[in-house]
Amino acid sequence: MAIQIPAGTEAPGVLDPAALRPDFPILSRTVHGRPLVYLDNAATTQKPAAVIEAEADVYRRYNANVHRAIHTLGEEATAAYETARAKVAAFIGAPDPRGVVFLRNATEAINLVAWAWGRRRLRAGDEVLLTPMEHHSNLVPWQLVAAETGAKLRFIPLLPTGELDLAALDGLLNPRTRIVAVTAASNVLGTITPIAEICRAARAAGALCVVDAAQSVPHLPVDVGAIGCDFLAFSGHKMYGPLGIGVLWGRPGRLEETEPFLGGGEMILHVELERSTWNEIPYKFEAGTPNVAGAVGLAAAVDYLRAVGMGAVAAHEARLTEYALGVLRDLPGVAIYGPPAPRGALAAFNVEGVHPHDLAQFLDRDGVAVRAGHHCAQPLMRHLGVVATARASFALYNTTAEIDTLGGSILRAREFFHA
Amino acid sequence: MPEAGDDALEDLYREVILDHYKNPRHQGRIAGAGAVGVDLQNPTCGDEIHLSLRMEGGRIADLAFEGRGCSISMASASMMAEALRGKTLDEAVGVSAAFKGMLAGGPAAEDSLGDLVALAGVAQFPVRVKCATLAWNAMMRALGGQTHDADA
Repeated sequence: MAIQIPAGTEAPGVLDPAALRPDFPILSRTVHGRPLVYLDNAATTQKPAAVIEAEADVYRRYNANVHRAIHTLGEEATAAYETARAKVAAFIGAPDPRGVVFLRNATEAINLVAWAWGRRRLRAGDEVLLTPMEHHSNLVPWQLVAAETGAKLRFIPLLPTGELDLAALDGLLNPRTRIVAVTAASNVLGTITPIAEICRAARAAGALCVVDAAQSVPHLPVDVGAIGCDFLAFSGHKMYGPLGIGVLWGRPGRLEETEPFLGGGEMILHVELERSTWNEIPYKFEAGTPNVAGAVGLAAAVDYLRAVGMGAVAAHEARLTEYALGVLRDLPGVAIYGPPAPRGALAAFNVEGVHPHDLAQFLDRDGVAVRAGHHCAQPLMRHLGVVATARASFALYNTTAEIDTLGGSILRAREFFHA
Repeated sequence: MPEAGDDALEDLYREVILDHYKNPRHQGRIAGAGAVGVDLQNPTCGDEIHLSLRMEGGRIADLAFEGRGCSISMASASMMAEALRGKTLDEAVGVSAAFKGMLAGGPAAEDSLGDLVALAGVAQFPVRVKCATLAWNAMMRALGGQTHDADA
């Protein structure tokens, strides 16, 4: 079936996945003799050759420690690292590259905010407002900090549709609300949260606004100014970049007032035996030798995404998601979780009588890679009344033909397990 | 890393496994004097099991389970319940060791494992080993006394 392009939409650069797929070496491999159909992109995306090469190029040509080595390699490495920072900042609409802190991943970024900002400021009885659909990475750090400080966790309730009950927001925000930490897009339901609206309300209530953007930065145009958040966290490996590199963006003023998270080299200004003073932002938060090659690889991923165009990526993935929801709806005994479109580029579902583990194992034989499990969102699984779900999640290189393969494989799995 | 072949899927999902999955034996909870129960979860997938058993005269007089999980975990629980009823504690520990040894790639000792050898194919899928051992870990805990009252 051909891709349906809604009539009258201004093509924001229409994306042809067939033209982009050769950029991703792994997509040409087979699994069990079948072409790989990679639909686990919300877990991690595959990497274009440009990213693989950019990372390898660091090690081939200019591997050195940054900000220390007074030699050509060190200067080249430092320049590439800082260029990467500026590219990432521009990609998320941040006017000041100093707001971009390179870390390992979104998890580390949220932990930094929770420990270095939250733990120092939260007092017993203060409140941290979350949602029930947070990934464990935006839930457990707050549980740990709440246990240390006596702060309370509160939650914006979910409507039966899988959307947030924003009507409850006003009642939840109060002078004790110090932090509001919310996902921009659910990794299970695909819910796109009205994050700008939530941030506006949070800031009006005097609360710090933290956004888990791990599932939005790879899929939608993201502008930290338009969102109006204080901190925004995302992972490089979910946006076609390397594993092991992630970003915390913070308003420079917020970063200034945040204490260091990890201590060590690079993050200091002046060290005595008994005390130290801190380097300026963002270096204050980049203790130790950073992942230079990862940052350079992430910048290559940003270049790639800018060349394709985030508007085109979003439009293509919206079409794919719509198509996938249609295919899944037409299959017998399939329950789909989450709100109707517009939603994130994924579909969590269950096939009656077939446990998601068994389904994923069966699909794998057809070369189809999906996620099965609780998706690091156990409270949400309980809310949905399931132990686990299967999840197909999409990227710019996926095609409707691949979704047809998924659909056919689900049907065969159902027969195999005699559902 | 070698791929598990096409035949491996049929190995994993033998007919006897699918049968136990669809028609699990010994489902339920054992209550009353001497009964012990254990709740266990597989944190990687959220599968959960409640296993309860009652010892009598040094033997497992009764053993039952309730749970939600994949075909491998539920079939393993069902087959385990069949295999271990009437066994002494030492025999049960021995069967458990033989079963886990088989999943680690060791021999499938048909004389001690019986139908359980149908689960030998799981060894080719390391991620699924945790599914197959969930019930066994619960059983070992129940035998080891790290338990709560089944009535609680």
